Amino acid sequence: MSGDLPPTVRLANDIAAQFVHRRDSDAAVQEIAGHVRSFWEPRMITELLAAVDGGAPALDPLALRAARLLR
Amino acid sequence: MSLLKETDHGTPRRPGAASVSVEIDGTAVQVPEGTSVMRAASEAGVPVPKLCATDSLEAYGSCRLCLVEIDGKRGTPASCTTPVEEGMQVRTQTPRLAKLREGIMELYISDHPLDCLTCSANGDCELQDMAGTVGLRQVRYDEHGENHLNAPKDTSNPYFDFDGSKCIACARCVRACDEVQGTLALTLDGRGFDTKITAGVGQSFLESDCVSCGACVQACPTATLQERSVVELGMPNRTVLTTCAYCGVGCSFKAEMRGDEVVRMVPAKDGGANEGHSCVKGRFAFGYATHPDRVLAPLVRERITDEWREVSWTEALDFTARRMREIQAAHGLGAVGAITSSRCTNEEVYVVQKMVRAAFGNNNVDTCARVCHSPTGYGLKQTFGTSAGTQDFRSVAEADVILLIGANPTDGHPVFASRMKRRLRESAQLIVLDPRRIDLVRSPHIEAAHHLPLGPGTNVAMVNAFAHVAVTEGLVDAGFVAERCEGYDEWAEFIARPEHSPEVAAEVTGVPADDIRAAARLYATAGNAAIYYGLGVTEHSQGSTMVMGMANLAMATGNIGRDGVGVNPLRGQNNVQGSCDMGSFPHELPGYRHVSDDAVRSVFETVWGTSLSPQPGLRIPNMFDAALEGSFRALFVQGEDIAQSDPNTAHVHAALAAMELVVVQDLFRNETSKFAHVLLPGTSFLEKDGTFTNAERRINRVRPVMAPRTGMHEWQIVGEIAKRMGSPMGYTHPREIMAEIAATTPTFAGVSFELLDEVGSVQWPCTDAAPAGTPIMHRDGFVRGKGRFVPTTYVPTAERTTRRFPLVLTTGRILSQYNVGAQTRRTGNVAWHPEDLLEIHPHDAEVRGITDGDEVSLASRVGTTSLRARLSDRMPAGVVYTTFHHPVTGANVVTTEHSDWATNCPEYKVTAVQVALRTAPPGPADAPSGRARTAPPVPAAGS
Ligand code: SF4
Ligand code: SF4
Ligand code: SF4
Ligand code: FES
Repeated sequence: MSGDLPPTVRLANDIAAQFVHRRDSDAAVQEIAGHVRSFWEPRMITELLAAVDGGAPALDPLALRAARLLR
Repeated sequence: MSLLKETDHGTPRRPGAASVSVEIDGTAVQVPEGTSVMRAASEAGVPVPKLCATDSLEAYGSCRLCLVEIDGKRGTPASCTTPVEEGMQVRTQTPRLAKLREGIMELYISDHPLDCLTCSANGDCELQDMAGTVGLRQVRYDEHGENHLNAPKDTSNPYFDFDGSKCIACARCVRACDEVQGTLALTLDGRGFDTKITAGVGQSFLESDCVSCGACVQACPTATLQERSVVELGMPNRTVLTTCAYCGVGCSFKAEMRGDEVVRMVPAKDGGANEGHSCVKGRFAFGYATHPDRVLAPLVRERITDEWREVSWTEALDFTARRMREIQAAHGLGAVGAITSSRCTNEEVYVVQKMVRAAFGNNNVDTCARVCHSPTGYGLKQTFGTSAGTQDFRSVAEADVILLIGANPTDGHPVFASRMKRRLRESAQLIVLDPRRIDLVRSPHIEAAHHLPLGPGTNVAMVNAFAHVAVTEGLVDAGFVAERCEGYDEWAEFIARPEHSPEVAAEVTGVPADDIRAAARLYATAGNAAIYYGLGVTEHSQGSTMVMGMANLAMATGNIGRDGVGVNPLRGQNNVQGSCDMGSFPHELPGYRHVSDDAVRSVFETVWGTSLSPQPGLRIPNMFDAALEGSFRALFVQGEDIAQSDPNTAHVHAALAAMELVVVQDLFRNETSKFAHVLLPGTSFLEKDGTFTNAERRINRVRPVMAPRTGMHEWQIVGEIAKRMGSPMGYTHPREIMAEIAATTPTFAGVSFELLDEVGSVQWPCTDAAPAGTPIMHRDGFVRGKGRFVPTTYVPTAERTTRRFPLVLTTGRILSQYNVGAQTRRTGNVAWHPEDLLEIHPHDAEVRGITDGDEVSLASRVGTTSLRARLSDRMPAGVVYTTFHHPVTGANVVTTEHSDWATNCPEYKVTAVQVALRTAPPGPADAPSGRARTAPPVPAAGS
């Protein structure tokens, strides 16, 4: 259940879901990363990146690509 | 000021230029067409005697006291019902008129108790005034004749009495209830001598449909309908103009005082938001301000398990500042933060975010708007360029179609609802998108053209289907789109896809496709179509998407930038708009400017004399997560009961318990203060000096009627903490805070206390270009330049019904109560809502063996609570509904961690639940939740 994921992974997935319809997935990834940069406090980004480093099996593929841009 | 008596011109002002010239007793006056002779006379300075006329109501013509003579007209027409004609010569004072009026007054007085000296309305009675005006000296009728002197009294309403013996059957009360309030609770029954006023169908006021707005009391010219406080305290002798501190309508009031005591609150006739109207909360429910439960001295304790110690202000402030610094020294600058309150003034909120940014040195400031309208801020900023509604309230009078989404204005925003109802009674058509059949769907003289009872959580699918109809059926305003917007082609391609058709939406929302199409066509083809929405839009995991969806729809159909249209949030608390404007969000400085913007930061760095962090801070839910994880340790909470009002209570409680320092600034001890180490007593609106900004961006003054009962203003308290942390603020008066806001924030550039005291109120942007403010936004262009279409994908909420939790719970509010009820529960308003009830469809009740009034348990996967059931078919089967005004209910014990993707606004409106008949004796909210049990142990404060 979603309640078991780290909050940042869950939120990143929720954000990514808003952009799945985009035909241009590079642009979608840019927008997701831009959103996270604008609204997330640094320790949330750190937590997300830690999840990515840990394999982040539950992270949406678009969110994963966006997370890589945040480093 | 002394007691302010507004001039009553007898009949309403007519719109338009003063184009008709008439002469009244030799004085020339020009008035707009359609104006009554009575009003023209009053404006000419020669008021005509009157009883049944008052300028908040259309003329009625029953008392005949206002007779005049008009050259060229026969007889003595009633001036209230006679419209002016060009060149009219009117005489208001002649021997014939005097005699007629005296006769009329004699009749009235012969059937009226002659207890003027001991009557509660002595000095404020129009009957008494008129007897004097017409020079009545004797009454030739015998008091033993037939009269109404023994007519019964109705004292059922907690705030006002009805004394039938004093009634002159002028019907002002009936018309006020019809025309001003729109509830139609009163009737004038019988004929001639037997005429009498009845509430409902021969019921008491309390049993009837009366919503206790007070309009009839205000309209009554005698003591028949009288505030009980006037009976008890006597007539007021001075007035303080101020603003209601309850909801986002922001009504202006005259606080009528006797010495230091508020005798009554009377809505101000020239209040921009309310124009003389009020609801039960603002009008009557102010007693909490002087309630004995108020905390008046600071309290401190080392551990939350200790008893509170009452301490001096100095000790409380020293303790707070010292602990904040100690925690930062041990855990980093980012380990502390604050939450601002939408109940506080702009000035009080501004200083809290300044304390966080300048003294704490981070951006960990958020506001209770996070949990209500943060998606509005996000969605309207993305599409229109500014985080605010587009219209003033008056604009609804020009709407042809009103699309009401996820809002229940008759309960949540009653004074605005009265405006809306007036327009609906005139001609506008109404579309309601709401799972629940709210009162507006069908009420006296109002019937919605369409009520689409969509399933909770499916708003985006619905708004996309509306837009799909507009785009695919050629109903787009191509000229508007081409000239004013960008991103249309990509959006139109997206929205025209078959998955956005009403046929697909029908499966998702449960509303037949034909109904969706018909409603969408009605919206798209109206001359002026206006969207009004509430928390039923924002408090969803797709709240921000939905706000953008509505903005797309309005732009596509050209419904932006003039009277009668727009996208309008109905804000919950009185200063939600203002607290957001003031930089309460962790990513934005005042005026919605991102903290990463170097130029903006440097403006504040210069004024505040310190460098500011360019990184966004933590939002409320992130603060809780970080507290549980250990990196966030201290929180300053301004006037909000987060332990009760935020979702997933168990999670919030665990987070609060994990903190080393919780500072609560509030009027009362509350659920949050159970987790607090410092309780700083706050001030009520009767003590505050500052401004509130309502849902139409109107900045209103709130003025103190008494000194702070706690000895300190809230802005002073915050300033003192900041000073002790090395960032002195140096204000001596809140007007200096507003001056700083104006100097740093372009949209407020022209705002000052002096301006507000002069003009009453002003709607931002108030700038050199718009010195009188901006009632309607985006008139000639959008704030961001071009309006931006944003594709809005419908992503169903992760909260799904299951076999264990097969019902969907949605929440709302009720007229007489306010939020978690801390104020209204301490007033006579409990007469209407002694407890929260669970509304459940008869079908769902039957299969569970539940009958009306049974105690039931309400369980979600995070918690369980109990309350009583009310059988109701207002919701479709499968959906249950409750309010959240009483702490024992703990409705948020069951709400979950789901939140809006863009803003983390919690999803209060959709929770999968099960309801069961309770067999064990009812208790308080049961101990819930897996997450609470996994919370780290509570560290001892100061350790
Ligand atoms: S208080 Fe308001 S609702 Fe009640 S009868 Fe008077 S006008 Fe009508
Ligand atoms: S109650 Fe007051 S307003 Fe109503 S009819 Fe009687 S006197 Fe007039
Ligand atoms: S409508 Fe809102 S602002 Fe107006 S009186 Fe009622 S609670 Fe106060
Ligand atoms: S005031 Fe005109 S008829 Fe009563």
